[in-house]
Amino acid sequence: MYGNASIEEDPKINGKASKPEVQEDPVKLAEFEARIARGEKIEPDDWMPAEYRRQVLRMIEQHAHSEIIGALPEGTWITRAPTLKRKLALIAKVQDEVGHGHLLYSAAETLGKSREAMINDLISGKSKYSNIFNYPAKTWADIAVIGFLVDAGAIVNQLANAKGSYGPYCRALERICYEESFHLKQGYDAFVALAVGTPMQRAMVQDALNRWWFPPMMHFFGPPDTISVHTEKLMRWKVKMMSNEEMRQDFLEQYVPKIWELGLTLPDPALKKNAEGKWEYTQPDWDEFFRVINGDGPCNKERLAVRRYAEENGRWVREAMMKPGVKTMVPYA
Amino acid sequence: MTTSLDPRIRRADLEHAPASGGLMQNEHWEPFAVFHQDKRGAAHEFVGIVHAPDPELALAFAKEQFGRRKKTVNLWVVRSTDIFTFQHEDDDMFSTIPDKNYREASGYPVRKRINKYLDDLKTLAKSKYLDHMEEESG
Repeated sequence: MYGNASIEEDPKINGKASKPEVQEDPVKLAEFEARIARGEKIEPDDWMPAEYRRQVLRMIEQHAHSEIIGALPEGTWITRAPTLKRKLALIAKVQDEVGHGHLLYSAAETLGKSREAMINDLISGKSKYSNIFNYPAKTWADIAVIGFLVDAGAIVNQLANAKGSYGPYCRALERICYEESFHLKQGYDAFVALAVGTPMQRAMVQDALNRWWFPPMMHFFGPPDTISVHTEKLMRWKVKMMSNEEMRQDFLEQYVPKIWELGLTLPDPALKKNAEGKWEYTQPDWDEFFRVINGDGPCNKERLAVRRYAEENGRWVREAMMKPGVKTMVPYA
Repeated sequence: MTTSLDPRIRRADLEHAPASGGLMQNEHWEPFAVFHQDKRGAAHEFVGIVHAPDPELALAFAKEQFGRRKKTVNLWVVRSTDIFTFQHEDDDMFSTIPDKNYREASGYPVRKRINKYLDDLKTLAKSKYLDHMEEESG
């Protein structure tokens, strides 16, 4: 599960301007751009601009962290799932999310950053992950809403990214999208079960929907992009495949009708499809978005503390299994 | 930190957990390439990597990661350091040029040759017949 919410390197996020650009060999750069324009994939051993390597690495790494951290709010509810079938589905889903994390870390490693360095950057707060997981899953209905809407949003984003230019990332996403379709369907099923259930169940799912729509779901794809030279370059290099607003429109178009169909409401009186077929909505508080990304959300500290605890308390097991002569390398694919 | 909604996390007492010194290089062992076979008779196909300290654990992780959803009858793992490759930038050495058609079945137009032979025979027979008729009438 991953949104686009943390991809743009905004000075507001890092508190510093992005690094000065390396001057690339114009002949190699032209060849590289021509290959991408022809629809060819870039492989780890190919020449690539330093800026491309940096941006793709950052995107895949954030995606990997999002999968791992995303397993935490859902994992919380495994012990309290309402039926055995829901519990089995949730266990399978959480296992898939962790598996996605592994696939993505592997893809990121091909760009030359070790898995250990990525985990260190997550735990220290240097690397970001999808903002949505800094909000708490308070009831079982939250799990239904996450499984339905957050996974739906993730599919919109990941189907777009799967057409990108970096080979190892596309291959990982192909498998991830296949598994996400099960996540979405089981989430929709749990959501509908509550929506057509007793008045109390219906009230529960409506309450969860209200809390997850504003701000998490409306923050999910990130702020509307400013069309800068930088964004244009990322699109030309097929690192960024759709603008944040295009993805948000795609999501609203597909899923708002599914919610309204059940007689449920969304907490935005301005939400409607206008005559041109565009969805209009109230802009969420983007200052809160940047505040939460920078660590000041309801669950940031707990999420990272749990992750740190797992690494620290798993260390003795990894050390016990360590073999002499283990040598690291950058994987080929 | 606000109190966690998860009783297991509350019990773990994270506030007093040891401070992280960070992970060391190689703490997550080394990469192994995984090859997946979906049915008997099919070729094993590269599907991704796992990190493990040895081949036995690499197989266990590969089973969990690549054998839990797709149909699987067998897996191979091999240390990534034991794989040797060409570079993608040298891929022109594999390109097939048109005058290499002596390596292709289509480089041998047998039927064309036979048809020409049969046509020649027919033409020959026809002209012989005509010659013969000329002699008869002459």
